[in-house]
Amino acid sequence: MSGPDAAIRVEKLGKRYRIGRVRGYRSLREEIVEAARAPFRYRAERSGNDDFWALRDVSFDIGVGEVAGIVGGNGAGKSTLLKILSRVVTPTEGLAEIRGRVGSLLEVGTGFHPELTGRENVYMNGAILGMRKAEIDRKFDEIIAFAEIGQFLDTPVKRYSSGMQVRLAFAVAAHLEPEVLIVDEVLAVGDAQFQKKCLGKMQEVSRLGGRTVLFVSHNMNAVQRLCTRCILLERGGLKAVGPTNTIVGEYLARAGGTLSPATSIDLTHADRSGDGKARFVAAQYVSDAVEAGGQPYPDGPLEIRLAIEASEPTTVGSLAVTLYDQYGTKLVNADTISLGQTIALRSGLNQLALRIAQVHLNPGVYVLGLWLARPLEAVIDHVPAAFEIEVMTRETGGLGAAPQDDGMVTCALEVLDLD
Amino acid sequence: MPPQAHARVTVVRPAAGWAPLHLRELVESYELLYFLVLRSLKVRYKQTLLGAAWAVLQPLLTMAIFSLVFGRLAKLDSEGVPYPVFALAGLVPWTYFANALTQASNSLVEQERMLTKIYFPRLLLPLASVIAGLIDFAIAFVVLLCMMVFYHIPFTGRILAVPGLMVAAAATALAAGLWLAVLNVRYRDVRHALPFLTQVWLFATPIAYSSTLVPAHLRPLVGLNPMAGIVDGFRWALLGREMGPGATLLVSLGVVSLLLVGGLYYFRRMERTFADVV
Repeated sequence: MSGPDAAIRVEKLGKRYRIGRVRGYRSLREEIVEAARAPFRYRAERSGNDDFWALRDVSFDIGVGEVAGIVGGNGAGKSTLLKILSRVVTPTEGLAEIRGRVGSLLEVGTGFHPELTGRENVYMNGAILGMRKAEIDRKFDEIIAFAEIGQFLDTPVKRYSSGMQVRLAFAVAAHLEPEVLIVDEVLAVGDAQFQKKCLGKMQEVSRLGGRTVLFVSHNMNAVQRLCTRCILLERGGLKAVGPTNTIVGEYLARAGGTLSPATSIDLTHADRSGDGKARFVAAQYVSDAVEAGGQPYPDGPLEIRLAIEASEPTTVGSLAVTLYDQYGTKLVNADTISLGQTIALRSGLNQLALRIAQVHLNPGVYVLGLWLARPLEAVIDHVPAAFEIEVMTRETGGLGAAPQDDGMVTCALEVLDLD
Repeated sequence: MPPQAHARVTVVRPAAGWAPLHLRELVESYELLYFLVLRSLKVRYKQTLLGAAWAVLQPLLTMAIFSLVFGRLAKLDSEGVPYPVFALAGLVPWTYFANALTQASNSLVEQERMLTKIYFPRLLLPLASVIAGLIDFAIAFVVLLCMMVFYHIPFTGRILAVPGLMVAAAATALAAGLWLAVLNVRYRDVRHALPFLTQVWLFATPIAYSSTLVPAHLRPLVGLNPMAGIVDGFRWALLGREMGPGATLLVSLGVVSLLLVGGLYYFRRMERTFADVV
């Protein structure tokens, strides 16, 4: 989408910071002393060789009513981009055009005053975000209901739990009804139930209200559920724009290390036990969802390719891949012992793969462990936490499963008519 | 309502040099200004024992000290009215000014999180500080009126000049506050220098003493300090001194206008760097 229909049009946007000069304040004395001591160097420094571009040459369009995600690692420029679009900072170069009223939520609870009551803060925060008093009056009950703070309405906010503060702040912003809503990583705080509620609210804002949402999160699951299109930033530059699944897959692949399918994960330094006659040296995992970058999805296949280095020919009775949840509960133990066959390892490097036909896990992050033992259960190599994998939602837009609410394990379900 | 209905297009682009004041945007944000003022009023005396009594105690205690040191010991001329009420007539507008200036100067730095996370007209912060102080002034002013009754000083129609004088005092606090607030963002020295600045300013203003001490032909020069004209104006309006503040006040108003317009443009020019620097 582009042209006049774009809700947000960004053209060659860039933001430069001067490292060491502008960051942090300097006292007047320091500045004077430095200028007097080395007037030439001082001036040269001012003209700036220590430039740091937090964002450079970024262009994209977002259509009216679109929900777009911005993904990228730390320091990719996501927050800088949102700050420019929210008019908090001025760009160094380029241009951005935003059609309609902008509501931005860069940090939850900015403008909250701890001494004021919940009620007072709703008005205060609403006014800061650009709402009229009459508008706040009209939505007040709705906001309070959404935030679930009922009886604490007239308690100073400093007595609130952090969860309550977050709920209240999000509730105000969500009821702002701007044409363009900019949201930065607010779901990191608040419990699972509230996160789900926030996602639902943002979805409602875009679907029913025809409003545009720009959403930044490190939570790929949330991005996938909410966003139709994504923008990938890397070190201040635009890497890719496209459908969410493609971009998320690409982001995870670029992120490297533990969360990337189809790339080799080095296991030589992993914490392990066993007699060490053979060792897992590398692993790789992949599913069949090409559009999601090979990331596993509920009830989809998962193939784990293993490189095992043996110091002597070894017969293995049990080769297992174990999946744990993040609390360490063992969920799946895919063990070759159940197949009743042994595996003969040659001396040197061996490559083999375990294929799980269907992973019955809901979206979320899981820890994968590896196990190698002789027929009589003598442990050769055991890596309890080899790496993490993320099971992704395959289709976007559905407010479907989240492990916290829907359990971790999937099941096939049907309704039977018994009459 | 469909999004396109009032599709106001915001253009974000690099800016350099002097920017227009955009006072319309300021006017449109009057509700936010109201809430900012309300907030600082509600918060100011929270968790204090004496609460709003501080608004009265500040000028009263200074008056007591001044009466003892300058009235009794130094026996300064107080233009024919009892020294305490003479001092208080100057201290009440002065206390307002000093507090408003201090709070306006610190307003940006203290709201750092707001500056870095939300867009809103930044001018509202120092403006709200200056306006919120007027409530304290009103309380202290009532005490001043009581003192006048106590000392049998007659009220005259000149009292109607007080609101005008207060507008001038607020404008002075805002004008100086704008410059200092912007400097404070970059150089926190301002925060430490402020108490000294207000103290020096206090003695440079004819509060403890009468401006009649200054030779007549130099008096308009005293007006270069805007607070001098305003304090003289208060004494003229309330204490019935014969000599009007005329020339002094005119010079003062000229200085304030220059300082204020300059301050507004300087603020506008610098405000786009606030979030980067603060």
